[in-house]
Amino acid sequence: MKRIVIIGGGTGGTLVANRLRRHTSTDELQITVVDRDDRHVYQPGLLFVPFGLERPEHIVRSRRAQLHDGIDFRLAEVDRIALDQDAVHLADDTTLDYDALVIAAGASLRYEETEGLRGPGWGESVFSFYSVEDATALRDALASFDHGRLVVNFVDLPIKCPVAPLEFCFLADWFLRERGVRERVEITLATPLDAAFTKPVAAGRLGGMLAERKIALETEFATGRVDGVGGRLVSWDEREVPFDLAVVIPPHGGPSFVGRSPGLGDELDFVDVDIHTLRSKAAPNVFAIGDAASLPTSKAGSATHFEGEALCANVERVLGGEEPEGSYDGHVNCFIESGFHKALLIDFNYEVEPLPGRYPEAHVGPLPLLRESRLNHLGKLAFQPLYWHVLLPGHEIPGVGAQMSMAGRQAPDREGGDQ
Amino acid sequence: MSTMTYADRQVDVDVDGFMTDPSQWNEEVATAIATEAGITELTDRHWLVVNFMRARYLESGSAPSIRTLGKASGVPIRELYELFPKGPAKLAAKIAGIPKPRGCI
Ligand SMILES: Cc1cc2nc3c(=O)[nH]c(=O)nc-3n(C[C@H](O)[C@H](O)[C@H](O)COP(=O)(O)OP(=O)(O)OC[C@H]3O[C@@H](n4cnc5c(N)ncnc54)[C@H](O)[C@@H]3O)c2cc1C
Repeated sequence: MKRIVIIGGGTGGTLVANRLRRHTSTDELQITVVDRDDRHVYQPGLLFVPFGLERPEHIVRSRRAQLHDGIDFRLAEVDRIALDQDAVHLADDTTLDYDALVIAAGASLRYEETEGLRGPGWGESVFSFYSVEDATALRDALASFDHGRLVVNFVDLPIKCPVAPLEFCFLADWFLRERGVRERVEITLATPLDAAFTKPVAAGRLGGMLAERKIALETEFATGRVDGVGGRLVSWDEREVPFDLAVVIPPHGGPSFVGRSPGLGDELDFVDVDIHTLRSKAAPNVFAIGDAASLPTSKAGSATHFEGEALCANVERVLGGEEPEGSYDGHVNCFIESGFHKALLIDFNYEVEPLPGRYPEAHVGPLPLLRESRLNHLGKLAFQPLYWHVLLPGHEIPGVGAQMSMAGRQAPDREGGDQ
Repeated sequence: MSTMTYADRQVDVDVDGFMTDPSQWNEEVATAIATEAGITELTDRHWLVVNFMRARYLESGSAPSIRTLGKASGVPIRELYELFPKGPAKLAAKIAGIPKPRGCI
């Protein structure tokens, strides 16, 4: 019998375990999922918590309960991986041996890399929203925030769901309008990028939406430190953005055990993998999926889901003594919540930037791409039950293929800019 | 796409002046681009960063971010800003003769 160890019982680890369990019998393959806690957070819900649009307890479930029968769940912290011994070392000094290993341990929030971020003023004027605790504290602060300067910043890419800071701005604008205090608040998005987004066509459209809402955009702002007491963000080139309330998304890294496992990751501890087969460059029986992998695509649950198909096929091939062939194309799609019960949808891959069109069926849709609509907002809401009941069990979403389709996409008019 | 002449050599550049074909680069070209950007002398510390940048691009196909430079080039972020004022990642990429960093998604 072969043994597979999966590190992480979040989006990727859960869907891979469930998918593999369906494909293989329990006498063929033993599947162990290791996670350090039993709280599975539906992370897209964190965006809504600060505005009272989602309750923290609604987005957390047991990890174990999401795993099919016949999968072992091990509650433990991974300390490091010994690639030469095919063994995972746990913090409690025990080891797990494997024939194949899947690293699905997500990204880590590296607050400590930004001077002052969690210093004086943290929890008073400086907040974040990428964990349940952070989002809940911010909700309490926003409830009484009725005038002053609100600054939203992400220190560096990559971050999980790179559109989340934009969505946060759009929702803040809506939230403050509903409460009748929007005129008394200045909103600024301070970004390390030179535009609202990394991809040109979408950046044009999203930049226009910020301007319409009178949200200021401070570009090429590389945050060097957060001065919570003085109420200012200071960039490495000594520019300052003053704030009364700052929402700062910390730089991300890969799982810290990757850094303690020589040869496995890059400087930021993301696992170095082949971008198509998702196999580690350091060992032939090691794979990574989701936020932990160093892939040049968005760190998103949708990407993780699309990766699952290729990854599971390749793991099965390698366990059977064959070379991997399943190929992930970088496909990802993200709903961008824009407030007032509307959202945009973007869909792209390694090669093709987000373009206008319709999704999932060319011309038919029903969801319009790169355009605000009520239907897209309903799509974003529908993602939550789909997440628990279709995505995590490792099923396909009907009509939504893992590979991106170019059919019906409107090619960009480069000179024309925003369209 | 247009061309520029640096140190008597014609190179292809994009609208922002970044070279699009790293094979057209040499150290004289780098010095000329640096001079144009207001850096009068490329010191050993500059070269450390420029060479790291170039090697990383040729190996991985993308340019390292400031954070990666700070962790792996051997030059801390604060000094990077002294060596390449304003935007070290972009300026060093330009001098290293590699395409404009796209900001990984
Ligand atoms: C605010 C926010 C909004 C988002 N919105 C969207 C969205 O709208 N759409 C979308 O598609 N995606 C969205 N995402 C991103 C999405 O949630 C992630 O991309 C996805 O969950 C990644 O899955 P993963 O399996 O890689 O990591 P995770 O689901 O984070 O799982 C990683 C697991 O590894 C475990 N782990 C880590 N280290 C260890 C260790 N040393 N030992 C044991 N266990 C360990 C962790 O406990 C965790 O359970 C959002 C994320 C955030 C933060």
